[in-house]
Amino acid sequence: MKSFLHFWRRFRRNRAALVALFVLLAITLIAIVGPYVYTVDPFEMMGRASTPPSKRFWLGTDVSGRDVLAGLIHGARVSLLIGVAASLCATLVGLIVGAVAGYYGRAVDNILMRCTDFFLTIPSFVFAVVLIAIFRPSVTNVTIAIGIVSWPPVARLVRAEFIAQREREYVLAARALGMSDIEIMIRQILPNALPPVIVVSSLLVATAILTESGLSFLGLSDPNVISWGYMIGVGRTVLRLAWWMPAIPGIAILVTVLCINLVGEGLNDALNPRVQRR
Amino acid sequence: MSATLWFVIRRTLQVIPVVLAIAALNFLLLHLAPGDAADIIAAQSGGASAEFTAELRRSFGLDLPLYQQFFVYIGRLLTFDLGFSNVQHRPVFDLIAERVPATLLLMVVSIGFALLIGVALGIISAMRHRSWVDSVVSVIALLVYATPQFWLGLMLIVLFSIMFGTLPSGGMMTIATDMSVWERAVDIGRHLILPSITLALFYVAVYARLMRASMLEIYTFDFVTTARAKGLSETRVGLVHAASNALLPVITLAGVQVGHLLGGSILIETVFGWPGLGRLVFDALLQRDLNLLLGILFISSIVVVLANLAVDLLYGFLDPRIVHQ
Repeated sequence: MKSFLHFWRRFRRNRAALVALFVLLAITLIAIVGPYVYTVDPFEMMGRASTPPSKRFWLGTDVSGRDVLAGLIHGARVSLLIGVAASLCATLVGLIVGAVAGYYGRAVDNILMRCTDFFLTIPSFVFAVVLIAIFRPSVTNVTIAIGIVSWPPVARLVRAEFIAQREREYVLAARALGMSDIEIMIRQILPNALPPVIVVSSLLVATAILTESGLSFLGLSDPNVISWGYMIGVGRTVLRLAWWMPAIPGIAILVTVLCINLVGEGLNDALNPRVQRR
Repeated sequence: MSATLWFVIRRTLQVIPVVLAIAALNFLLLHLAPGDAADIIAAQSGGASAEFTAELRRSFGLDLPLYQQFFVYIGRLLTFDLGFSNVQHRPVFDLIAERVPATLLLMVVSIGFALLIGVALGIISAMRHRSWVDSVVSVIALLVYATPQFWLGLMLIVLFSIMFGTLPSGGMMTIATDMSVWERAVDIGRHLILPSITLALFYVAVYARLMRASMLEIYTFDFVTTARAKGLSETRVGLVHAASNALLPVITLAGVQVGHLLGGSILIETVFGWPGLGRLVFDALLQRDLNLLLGILFISSIVVVLANLAVDLLYGFLDPRIVHQ
């Protein structure tokens, strides 16, 4: 609790991050309870097609007369869910690969890092497109695909942290006490290596949301749920007549991603105070 | 010179295992995909018997053990055979080859533009550290990082093609036959403006931030203090001493990001109807043409490997210390 207060005092100093955190909490709240409060089905035809924002439809209707506001609320769920889940996926894989490579070094490190470099070489967006095209788009598959293409930077970071920590006295002491390798990695080194990883995985959430929106813009989204990228794709067809239709979900993505990035920067200031930002 | 030559040879040979690994990944994905070539042809012929499908499989070598199939696959890759698109009824390699120039044009123009503007903004931000210019560049970078590129493209179309009507909203050239070479070049240039700006903007932000950070770090080095002590002007210290040294990480990043650029280009091409690889991906997705998609993944991975190689070699010449490591 005390360390949390300490962290909070540091985080609070970054005003932009603080505001961003509140906006992000609001968006999360809308994503969670929104569909229960605003009970319009985002897939149902509610009125005339392509009407501009009005009293009845605050954000207008789309090409099939569906309520854009309802789509926006339901889309928040998908974007945040996939963003967070994909980032967790990538962080978990990156942690395991990076920790093992950094801790054991030598041949293990060599092999794992060659693998990591290899995955860095494959163009990640094209790779994700192919994976989803093969395994069919569903929320789970999209999440896994984004996770698969985003873990390598995490692995590299974790490896560097583990290499920096593994010769420290406390690790040697733990080894002398007879702790197993796994125990040393998880209970001793990991807590010390975690702060920069938390920052990177929070920024990964932002990247994942952007990737997801691009994928669903190409039509690679779960057909059963509405997402912001899909809404932009739908609105694109009537760009000349109703520019606001693709503009609205795009702004939602922009605001969300911006807030996540700002919070990430705030986390960085609070967790890694030694790293001076210039 | 021999050290340099060794460096070039060593680095070039390192490409081989990577290309093999890429081939292996594609082979794996091909086998994970539901249905093989025999299934597809059997389905197209309409109600083929099980014997016919088995016969097809034998003729394609699909009944061989997996490792033998892999060797056959590698052998075919060596002759630029990426398989056949059963939807477009043409070899995958030909389909890709005719789209590569348009994508390369878009990528090269974008990256050139991004490097030019990004580096310039980075230098200005670093030399005017904590001034209003620095703040404005930082805020714009933050906004650009958060903007979906394809959406930005759509909004630029709304602004410059629909509202102002100054620039074409899509395609690569106007359909006309009576144009001189010069007029044609200008025409393509006009079509290139919006997509390349859309694609470049993200990298402008990235390079500006990196160049700024890199310059600020160089400013703390002793040789900069020496240069200042010699009485050189601040402009000369910044541009000649700091900027030229700060450029290396930017170039490295530009090389590493070729794959990322390619991904962005797919979306941007879809938005602007640019006739490159991106449009091909979009069409392949619509028609569920997996062979073609895998071919595109393979070729784009190879492009990234070659780009990384080129940057590493260039880096060796820019920073001779690397050659002797």
